[in-house]
Amino acid sequence: MTDEHLRTPLYDLHLKQGAKMVPFAGYEMPVQYPMGVMKEHLHTRQKAGLFDVSHMGQVVLRGKSYQQVAVELEALIPMDVINLNEGRQRYGFLTNEDGGIRDDIMFANRGDHIFLVVNAACVEADLAYLREKISPKINVKHLKNRSLLALQGPMAERVLAEHYPAICNMKFMDVETIPLASAECWVSRSGYTGEDGFEISVPETVAVGLAKALIAHKDVELIGLGARDSLRLEAGLCLYGHDIDVNTSPIEASLNWAIQNRRKDQGGFPGEDQILYDLANGPSQKRVGLQPIGRAPMREGSKLFQTEDSVEEIGMITSGGFGPTVGAPVSMGYVSSEFAQPGTTIFGEVRGKRLPVKTAELPFTGPNFKR
Amino acid sequence: MKFTEEHEWLRIEDDLVVVGITEHASAQLGDIVFVELPDEGQTVSKDDEAAVIESVKAASDILAPIDGEIVEVNQVIIDEPSKVNEDPLGVGWFFKIKPDDLSQMDDYMDERSYNKLIA
Repeated sequence: MTDEHLRTPLYDLHLKQGAKMVPFAGYEMPVQYPMGVMKEHLHTRQKAGLFDVSHMGQVVLRGKSYQQVAVELEALIPMDVINLNEGRQRYGFLTNEDGGIRDDIMFANRGDHIFLVVNAACVEADLAYLREKISPKINVKHLKNRSLLALQGPMAERVLAEHYPAICNMKFMDVETIPLASAECWVSRSGYTGEDGFEISVPETVAVGLAKALIAHKDVELIGLGARDSLRLEAGLCLYGHDIDVNTSPIEASLNWAIQNRRKDQGGFPGEDQILYDLANGPSQKRVGLQPIGRAPMREGSKLFQTEDSVEEIGMITSGGFGPTVGAPVSMGYVSSEFAQPGTTIFGEVRGKRLPVKTAELPFTGPNFKR
Repeated sequence: MKFTEEHEWLRIEDDLVVVGITEHASAQLGDIVFVELPDEGQTVSKDDEAAVIESVKAASDILAPIDGEIVEVNQVIIDEPSKVNEDPLGVGWFFKIKPDDLSQMDDYMDERSYNKLIA
């Protein structure tokens, strides 16, 4: 491990907790703690897990008013930003002119500005792109002095309510400013595990204190990137750079639900020709869940075929591994649309052997959100 | 008992060599969820990929440490891969080889050298 990698404010805490650190998106991040990926995963689904996601980019877009900024952002993403209510958050993606996905993001209406959370690996590119495309009247600010913690799992509400009882009034995708660790925290009721939970943007000076206060609760454990990956995979959520990228359209990625009807009707975003065409005619390939019939995990890069000896590839696995909650291997990937019907048996190539795998509905587990 | 740099152990049992992975390897790999073993009767050469183990995180190859014939594989770890984590030196053995040349074992480390390697 070299000094080229950045560290989050929680770095020393991770080491003290016995984390195994790995390079990830330019940071040294905990991949697992002594508990191990399997138990960390199950603990999050049964109780509550605390994730350091401070490597993710936090960005504020600020202009004269929310509406002014919303109009500008709508020119870059196919989501309804204008009609998003104050104190609400949405999932979305920046699209390119070919209808591919530049990044997937969370955006929130914080009254007089928009707050974005973007992927760590995409931060610099996103900032440059936003500054190039958005009116100079709007300030694009990368918040480097805030950390991001995610508290996820069925006990998350009860744990956070011990610090701030009114947290129970928040619903899925609500965002609020809340004092935690004697600091102004921006809390959203969201996450990326398929469980109920919260993402907490906290000033970096008090991030360690807040993390320690949260893990002091008997039901909370620190959880690493390993379990974060298996949790989001079971929840059917895309990992940018793997399941979606500049070459996949959101319709191919089965993210149609994230595009609100007004934008489908009116267009006005990069790549609208391709995206609206795919919406109208159906894409040629689709992201689906894939459940191996045997016990061998099918991982990213496994090619998919119609039969045990057919020559033509019909798709590819983009994420795969063992699903601790499912208790079996789970994958997702792209298949030609004619094979996308859930329950279709196809074959995945693992170490030169073709093994049967069934297309499946996503998610594999949950979701357990508080709507 | 002998140990390889690939974190496998070899133990002589009658005229066979039993092969498994070390505690250190099993701890590093984490929770093992899948094991694929060679066919009984298969001939292997030293450093052939003989078996595959998959943890929640990743897949790893297990190499044949010596030349010989696979005469028995451990069905227990195919049915319950977690046995490798629970008891890697005992119940969690992988396969038994009928060696072509037992002196190939001389190249490997004794327990003391191995413990130094992983220290």
